[in-house]
Amino acid sequence: MNILVPIKQVPDLVEELEINEEGTDLNRDAVKYKINEFDDHALEEALQLKAEVGGTVTVLALDGDETDKMLYTAIAKGADKGVKVTGDFAGGVTSHVAAKAMANAISTLPHDLILTGVQAVDDRDGQMAVLLANYLGVPHVSVVTGVKVDGGRAIVHKEYAGGVMAEFEVDLPAVLGIQAARETPRYVAVSRVRQVQKEATLEEVEAGDTAVAAGSSVRRMMKPEKGSRAEMIEGSPEEIADKIVALMKEKGLKK
Amino acid sequence: MSQDIFVVAEHLKGKLADVTFEMLGKGRELADARGGNLVAVLLGNGVKNLVTEMGIANRVISVEHASLENFNPETYSTALAEVIRAKSPAATLVANSSMGMDLAAALSIRAGLPLVAYAIDVKVEDGALVATSQLYGGKLNVESQFSAEGAVVSMLAGASSADKGRATGSPAVEDFAPPLSLASPKVRFKKMIEPEGGDVDITTKEVLVSVGRGIQSVDNIPQMQELADALGGALSCSRPIVDSKWLPKTRQVGKSGVKVKPKFYLALGISGAPEHIEGMKDAELIVAINSDPNAPIFDYAHYGIVGDLFDIVPLLTEKAKA
Repeated sequence: MNILVPIKQVPDLVEELEINEEGTDLNRDAVKYKINEFDDHALEEALQLKAEVGGTVTVLALDGDETDKMLYTAIAKGADKGVKVTGDFAGGVTSHVAAKAMANAISTLPHDLILTGVQAVDDRDGQMAVLLANYLGVPHVSVVTGVKVDGGRAIVHKEYAGGVMAEFEVDLPAVLGIQAARETPRYVAVSRVRQVQKEATLEEVEAGDTAVAAGSSVRRMMKPEKGSRAEMIEGSPEEIADKIVALMKEKGLKK
Repeated sequence: MSQDIFVVAEHLKGKLADVTFEMLGKGRELADARGGNLVAVLLGNGVKNLVTEMGIANRVISVEHASLENFNPETYSTALAEVIRAKSPAATLVANSSMGMDLAAALSIRAGLPLVAYAIDVKVEDGALVATSQLYGGKLNVESQFSAEGAVVSMLAGASSADKGRATGSPAVEDFAPPLSLASPKVRFKKMIEPEGGDVDITTKEVLVSVGRGIQSVDNIPQMQELADALGGALSCSRPIVDSKWLPKTRQVGKSGVKVKPKFYLALGISGAPEHIEGMKDAELIVAINSDPNAPIFDYAHYGIVGDLFDIVPLLTEKAKA
């Protein structure tokens, strides 16, 4: 079975995010990137599936800064191949363009099951999984937590609110938007990534025509208004703990 | 292109979701601003009784078919795309929910319409739609403009008032013939899976100590449980904790977990991603401890503490026991 995993990098939210002078994008020079955590779950689920039913896992990413390192890391974790989708992606792309580029690349590769993260913190114009499936013309299920493969079909669990889930049977090939892998995504040592970087070669596939039918663009980016900002409690840990207990007493929750 | 605003009515187990009313309320404003009608799109099988709850709409377009009995990413997308292609509304509002995520992007591609996701607001400015999305885990808001009419906007739950969209009545119902292609879908609904019972029901607790990524390790769960016990409450959490299997799914607060409304909600090491906020913002008293002064949780908490939760938790446990 050919399992494909499109992955991408997103700004690390632990760092302060700066807005550019035009107020239309992040100041990308100041951004520290990390793999989209949901893509990391998609990769883990793919590796688990491979261990279960065999096949190969191919990770794909649009070419950009540090793409190589992210792909090598995925290979170090157990992916068989890394593919860079090349094209003009400087300055960032919309989710639609990214999905179209990914769909073009994937249509040139054998694919039975495509797993990608359910969402990312920057997918302003929609999530990769469903956009990609519709460009490819294959079925999709998003917000998936459990995947089993049975012949030419996948059995998946889709999460709704309140812990309720629905089970679907999906004909392959299909795209699944992964919410969480069955196991916590594995960790790989930096030394192992460096070793892979010396031994493995990344393949390249051209993105081709990424024009999309209709789009949207950013008019303004801003920090949310802080109108209802919390009253901040300062002091020693001792004073803070006292204050929290006092707040609870006011609510009649502590004697 | 009409001036009408369409709202896709989300429902589960015969009940309209709150977000449906939120979108109807917002849709009413937009329809009035554009001088068009507010139209609800109701997909399902035997759910027409829900029409009477959507009195705020001028009209309801109903598509009924056996393959729409339960939500299905494929059949719902197919039916919705047919409706939107046939009617060309000025905009279509879809929930940015588990179901809506399978619909909005599909509609955008199939009908060739622009899409903006994670919207917390949509307005009409000089006749054109502008949508505001909440991105980067709630740290930034982004206003988008559309390159074409017919925008698809997927709306975050809890962003606007559901009460504004609630009105009983009997809007005209237009039956829309289900597309023939619904007959043999490649995605087939099998069954619903209810959450496992037997665990603490966090929706009934007056006090919740809720933990997030900031607790760093599963080894710190007992310490947090001890605090919850001392405060007479239960331990709940944000999604990453459940994904890491540090706590069971029954303890998850937020979009794919449960909605809670305790008297006291202590958020420890929770940054406050929109998916989490959706589940706890109505708590009576919210106190948050986080090391990041810019964490969005401080925009929702009543009291905030910037600091190391491990400095405070042991002292608080001790004082609560006293």
